[in-house]
Amino acid sequence: MTEFAPEQRAARFRRRVVVAGLFMFACLALLAARFHHLQVARHEYYLTRAEDNRIALMPVSPNRGAIVDRNGVPLARNYSAYTLEITPSAVADLGATIDALGEIVAIDERDRQRFRKLLAESRNFEGVPIRSRLSDEEVARFVAQRYRFPGVDVQARLFREYPEGASASHVIGYIGRINTRDVEAIEGRGEEANYRGSSHIGKAGLERSYEAELHGRTGYDEVEVNAGGGAVRALSRTPAVQGNDLELTLDIELQKVAEKAFGERRGALVAIEPSTGGVLALVSTPTFDPNLFVDGISVPDWKALNESPDHPLLNRAIYSTYPPGSTYKPFMALAGLESGKRTITQRMPDPGYFMFGGHRFMDDKVGGHGMVDLHKSIVVSCNTYYYQLANDLGIDGIAAFMAPFGFGARTGIDVPGEAEGVLPSPAWKQRRFRKPEQQRWYGGETISVGIGQGYNAFTPLQLANALATLVNDGKMFRPHVVRYVVDAATGARRMIEPEPMRVLDLDPRHLAAVRAAMEDVNRTGTGARAFRGADYTSGGKTGTAQVFSLRGQRYVAGRLAERLRDHSWFIAYAPADAPSIALAVLVENGGFGSASAAPIARQVLDYHLLHARRDEPAAEDPEAVAEGE
Amino acid sequence: MIEFRFHPLRLLTALLRPLDPALMLILGALLGYAFVLIASASPERMDSQIVHVGVALAAMWLVASVPIQRLLSLALPLYVLGVLLLVAVELFGEVSKGAQRWLDVGVTRIQPSELMKIAMPLMLAWYFQQREGRIGVADFLVAAGLLALPVGLVVVQPDLGTSLLVAASGVYVIFFAGLPWKLIVPVAVVGIVGIGSIVAFGDTLCQPGVDWQVLREYQKNRVCTLLDPTTDPLGKGFHIIQSTIAIGSGGVFGKGWLSGTQTHLAFLPERHTDFVFAVLAEEFGLMGTLVLLLIYLLLLARGLQIAMNAATLGARLLAGAMTMVFFTYAFVNMGMVSGILPVVGVPLPFISYGGTALVTLCLGVGILMSIQRSRTAGSA
Repeated sequence: MTEFAPEQRAARFRRRVVVAGLFMFACLALLAARFHHLQVARHEYYLTRAEDNRIALMPVSPNRGAIVDRNGVPLARNYSAYTLEITPSAVADLGATIDALGEIVAIDERDRQRFRKLLAESRNFEGVPIRSRLSDEEVARFVAQRYRFPGVDVQARLFREYPEGASASHVIGYIGRINTRDVEAIEGRGEEANYRGSSHIGKAGLERSYEAELHGRTGYDEVEVNAGGGAVRALSRTPAVQGNDLELTLDIELQKVAEKAFGERRGALVAIEPSTGGVLALVSTPTFDPNLFVDGISVPDWKALNESPDHPLLNRAIYSTYPPGSTYKPFMALAGLESGKRTITQRMPDPGYFMFGGHRFMDDKVGGHGMVDLHKSIVVSCNTYYYQLANDLGIDGIAAFMAPFGFGARTGIDVPGEAEGVLPSPAWKQRRFRKPEQQRWYGGETISVGIGQGYNAFTPLQLANALATLVNDGKMFRPHVVRYVVDAATGARRMIEPEPMRVLDLDPRHLAAVRAAMEDVNRTGTGARAFRGADYTSGGKTGTAQVFSLRGQRYVAGRLAERLRDHSWFIAYAPADAPSIALAVLVENGGFGSASAAPIARQVLDYHLLHARRDEPAAEDPEAVAEGE
Repeated sequence: MIEFRFHPLRLLTALLRPLDPALMLILGALLGYAFVLIASASPERMDSQIVHVGVALAAMWLVASVPIQRLLSLALPLYVLGVLLLVAVELFGEVSKGAQRWLDVGVTRIQPSELMKIAMPLMLAWYFQQREGRIGVADFLVAAGLLALPVGLVVVQPDLGTSLLVAASGVYVIFFAGLPWKLIVPVAVVGIVGIGSIVAFGDTLCQPGVDWQVLREYQKNRVCTLLDPTTDPLGKGFHIIQSTIAIGSGGVFGKGWLSGTQTHLAFLPERHTDFVFAVLAEEFGLMGTLVLLLIYLLLLARGLQIAMNAATLGARLLAGAMTMVFFTYAFVNMGMVSGILPVVGVPLPFISYGGTALVTLCLGVGILMSIQRSRTAGSA
């Protein structure tokens, strides 16, 4: 066996041992040379530095940028308050210290839990907060007994506050304490140095997507220290650079009008300024109070939000998808015109149903609408017209026309967490399903897709942006909530998304025909009741998204459980000739669009056109000129 | 009376029999040095370090008294156990200081990556011993696979220092098993040229706007922080700046025991653990550092001597690899503290405060002793 291994192999091993020995010797010699360099050649230099070395560097956290709406109303800002912090490495018995502190300031179980969690996640010898927002009295009590608590200190810290509370919370989002995942993300971006001394980071909404702008640059204080390591005096300061402010396109008053109009109902509203793509309002109801999250949300609050059947944390405006129902018809009509399958004046009979493959696709109106042209088909929302049109266009034709409008694709809005939705096509079905029989596309499915039902699944944002594109003559913007990033120190403003993302090639006569029909919807059609007596011109379209397949039975709202009732849609723009606002409203389980969604749209348009503060061009123009130079 | 005098002596001989006198002397010198330094850097930890040393020496004695072939036969179960524990850490591990390394097993927390430092070379040595006489290219591929699995699991924790040590321990076995030079040389050349050029042209390459093609922006930033610590003066950069000042200001004879200003003004981070070498260099100067280098050289020399004389292939490979692992600990730690290597969490072997690493290292010494004894036993 092994004892009689050939001499050759043993010799090779011995050679390798010699190589390894020489290698190790060389490396240690290299170290010796390095020590000689440091300790002999450069000794004087380092000795001087050691003697001068009474200077410690302390991070100075930057102030986080503020968020204001288009009229300068603050939506997120900072205020100063005291926290009680423990430096674990300087405390012998943490439990006893906390117990003793609890006799001076109120420390509840939640504070302890949060402290344990932060302690486990902390990486360095920095203070870990045990209590935040101390009252003046508590600060005074602690300071009087500070000598008892080495390693415990009161610190003045900035806290984040959202003065509008639950309004627009899905847009603005919130910040929270930096956790291990955040640390990994920060390290991944190579930003460790900039977050030294930072305790919070954007977790949701704009606070998250604009984290890089809002955070600012961390500064350093050079502090002279005594033999105990305590700071004696500041020597020099590399100041922190405050984070940039965000000025939104959002109008918080408009947002609140919209949120109020929803009342207790669940739903979403997205209002866009067509000429810029700026989001004027982005509503998802119910909402939540972002202030709860800033210091770590309590377990009961979290349970209440997370387990509510209404899902308040869900951003329905950009993450929930629904079939567009009849709000799809103006886009379908345009598809018919652009493809040449229909002309503006062409008329067809509506017997009240459309036969396909031996199945009757019913119209809402028993007996039909008589002779129907494109205009009438939109005003009265005639299904039969679109059954026929969908069949003529074919599913690939529909998908090819709708894709450039952004249906079934993320718009790229600057609020994080957007859903893609589904623009149905045979190719999509192939990807979506596994079994061959499910992968097949049926002709009947095309017919449902043509009236906005079936597999169609779009976010309210997609619908609003498609409408904004339609009324902006095909010029499509990437929708955005932030208008300017403002340098707090210099006041310099950087504009977000100033140029259209793409321009659709659409015939102006076709656009005019569709818009004329949408105006008549609000004048004489399905939107007329909601828009009676409006002091401005507008266009709109109702829609109803089926939640529950009735399999041929007639739909009677009262008979169905509330959660199975249809979703109510309304899309609208105003003024009709040069729209300054285009919006999509969805009310979950709201029934017919004309009944519940249209009145919300009316209130929002009323406020925007009749009451909203106008932009003051005089104040903005000099900036614009300055930027152009 | 006679029995009383006689029995303790017999007991002592029995206790000392497994121990190699040369290694014991060297180990005693290192541990003594460690106590002197802890007394200066962190005297309140003296008591617990004494406990650590006791536990570590007991573990060493236990391993030393087991014949090496018996230890090698445990290689596969230990390796499998180690890998399973690493997977368990990944799934249920506790997060501490930003990394997932610990596994809570009720009574205590264990760090399975530490077990891997012993199980890894044991496993590969055992494998090559099984294949003795017909070792071919395929065996090196198998060995590389056996090495890559646990190293990968440690890398994702993430623990750069430990994964480096586990990887090194395996690579050394493969090297001693006869990995062809034509495979070693190109890798070494590419590595040296690559690192060398980054160091040489670091200033130019780290200018903002220079695109490194293969690396992303943040990866570039990492490398650049290593090259120029001043870009991160509060973090890793601060450690290195302060530890080089400590070493350099020590001079030839040092500032004297308990008199290091860097140490005692709390400028040195982790001064009783990973950066304890800076305390030594500051208080005992170049003399103190050269003495430490000399003791390490003696340890390495004795280790290689044991490897040369070992009776079986497995024992030879294991002894060689263990010796080089000691070297790696020492070189990486001193290189990092003196600013020529990046900061990875590797302690100074036998000197840094802490029980886990000390037990692992003493197990390594125990293995060397077992190999040495198995050889004398076999030849006697």
